[in-house]
Amino acid sequence: MDVTERSPGIEADTAAMADAVVKAPFSQTDAMADETGKTLSGQKPAAAGEGASDRAAASDLTDASGRRPIIHTEGLTKKYGSKVAVSDLNLDIYPGEIFGLLGPNGAGKTTTTLMLLGLSEPTSGKAWIDGKDCTREPIAVKRIVGYLPDNVGFYGDMTGRENLRFTGRLNGLPDDLIEKRIDELLDKVGMTEAADQKTGTYSRGMRQRLGVADVLMKDPKVVIMDEPTLGIDPEGMRELMELIRRLAADDGRTILISSHQLYQIQQICDRVGLFVEGSLVACGKIDELARSMQQEGVSILETAAFPDDAGFRELLQSLGNVESVERTGDFYVVRSRYDVKRELLRRSLDAGYTLSLIRQRENDLDEIYRRYFEEAGEEHEGGDGKRAKRFGIFGKAGR
Amino acid sequence: MKAETVREQSVSESSAKPADDMGQAGETVFQAGTSKHSQEKAVRSGKNSRHAGNGRARSGLYALYRKEMADHLHSGRFLIVLALIILTSYASLYGAVSNLSDAVAADSDYIFLKLFTLSGSTIPSFTTFIALLGPFVGLTLGFDAINSERSEGTLNRLISQPIYRDAVINGKFLAGATIILVMVLSMGLFIGAVGILKTGIPPTAEEVGRAAVFLLFTAVYICFWLSLSILFSVLCRHAATSAMLGIGLWIFFALFMSLVASIAAGALYPINDTATVGRVLDNYECQTMINRLSPYYLYSEAVSTIMDPSVRTTNLVLPQQLSGAITGYLSLGQSVLLVWPHLTGLAALTAVMFAGSYIGFMRREVRSR
Repeated sequence: MDVTERSPGIEADTAAMADAVVKAPFSQTDAMADETGKTLSGQKPAAAGEGASDRAAASDLTDASGRRPIIHTEGLTKKYGSKVAVSDLNLDIYPGEIFGLLGPNGAGKTTTTLMLLGLSEPTSGKAWIDGKDCTREPIAVKRIVGYLPDNVGFYGDMTGRENLRFTGRLNGLPDDLIEKRIDELLDKVGMTEAADQKTGTYSRGMRQRLGVADVLMKDPKVVIMDEPTLGIDPEGMRELMELIRRLAADDGRTILISSHQLYQIQQICDRVGLFVEGSLVACGKIDELARSMQQEGVSILETAAFPDDAGFRELLQSLGNVESVERTGDFYVVRSRYDVKRELLRRSLDAGYTLSLIRQRENDLDEIYRRYFEEAGEEHEGGDGKRAKRFGIFGKAGR
Repeated sequence: MKAETVREQSVSESSAKPADDMGQAGETVFQAGTSKHSQEKAVRSGKNSRHAGNGRARSGLYALYRKEMADHLHSGRFLIVLALIILTSYASLYGAVSNLSDAVAADSDYIFLKLFTLSGSTIPSFTTFIALLGPFVGLTLGFDAINSERSEGTLNRLISQPIYRDAVINGKFLAGATIILVMVLSMGLFIGAVGILKTGIPPTAEEVGRAAVFLLFTAVYICFWLSLSILFSVLCRHAATSAMLGIGLWIFFALFMSLVASIAAGALYPINDTATVGRVLDNYECQTMINRLSPYYLYSEAVSTIMDPSVRTTNLVLPQQLSGAITGYLSLGQSVLLVWPHLTGLAALTAVMFAGSYIGFMRREVRSR
């Protein structure tokens, strides 16, 4: 805040001082959130009532490495009647991170994002963004969070530029800043040429790009995107992914992407959370998830051989501990409890097959995802003790 | 002031980073002197919070209002409504002027008001026209206010901006109300101007006052229909459904309400050969009361009272009660007093519709289309 720039406004804005009464607890928490501010917690003014203590709880979540989550949820639950859309979600997302919220349609991803934005009231549990309670202070949250909804819409009889200007005005930005930012953002998303066309004529990819510009109008700390890649051609997708990556890398924004398109998400996300029927069944870096899966004894091998006849399939099936063999295009996908490469090499040589492809699948989100689904599915049918413990949440939600 | 001191304490001691919601109150604190570190941070996040707090939310309402006004003024729908209103104004004026000389021969007072109330041989009067077509204007302006935003996929983008949710409804209603006010006023001026040109008789101050009250009533009446249509647009998912509901109610109130009222009154206080005078009175009063539930009736009754100074009461009066009364015109103040309940009633109905829209909209979860 530039002091010289701001000082003239102060006299005119004395009315706004009344606001301070309401906001006093907020600033208190913000102060506490700051590292130096931690010492202050003892001198909490009486005015800072319940709200402040709530937020104090949220702001004390510094993890082992000293990072404080910018998005934090505690036992976030949303029920529609008897259907549980989101069940006991505990999630921490750190500043500057690209987090992928993955799950099939209807897994509760959108409901989660709506609750984070304060657009939907949680049945129980709480969520904070940058220390602000998403349910109680939705306006403060919306001021720092940009939301790109699934299938974003614009006023069709206004041009792209006018749509952005409207968003800027809704955010209470001064006119000169709005114009400056519109030009910057249009350039950033590559929409400068189409800016003065009516948005009704835009293609889906153009709408999506304008949507990204629209989200950035308020210069948000956190960007939440709901299915941003849906229905966009590969080239547009690549550009969009690059754009999203730059938002986090260059501008230091935190990005939460919800999607069911695993492949794209895998490319740009720092961490992912897997959603199945309202529960977060796994959360972490993709390679971490892959490693934990391998520890559980899952190995996936792609292989092909010459001659490519039924005997090779039988051979694959006869390998020790093979769970399934599937034919995908020109090659077989073999799932097994442990690595069968050596055995396969030896046996195929003995049987007179020449292997033309042998490749271990790793770090593949598809596989991880599929695996967690299977486990969640088994859980429904009873499951063994270890898994029941691990996916206990899920069991509750499902039944 | 108390809050300010609290803030001073907490912030200056901690050299806190400014949160975006600290707003103008926060600015004073930063004047008090903060570390360079916090200022740097402030430049980045402070850009957003220039107009913080209430000012921001208000600017959100203003931005919405501006956009809605522009939408209305540019839409073909508005032009059609405007054309319709001008056409009917002209037609009714034509009818009134052509019959004016006969009417003036019978009663030469309040000629200016007659321009509004006189009907031609085949054309209804201006007040009748407005009572019938006013709802159409209101419905047209509001029937797709919220649900079209939803189906276009702009609503969730809109409410994820830092504005209060009621600002969406307020902005739409205010823009619609402004359009209505402008339309009604220009109609009144148009009729007045043409009438003066045609008759060559300048209106008296009281006549102008009566016409102004009439226009105010008209604006409130149309605003009622606007708020009703906004309510339907909140409740119904499809614009077509809300339009149908609105039109249905419009036709019901304009055509069938009196039927319903007479049937209900007939059932409650049946009049047969042996009916007493008291029974007849009860029947009539019951009928009037039921009719008055209809905004159409309320408006018509109020307007005919305002525009005709010889109307002394809106209720039934027996000849005995009038004995000793001196025939004469009511003053404007007395006429307004007579229709005050009607105005409050209309305003209350509007408020109820508005409250309904609020409740419906505030609690609603907005998902993508």
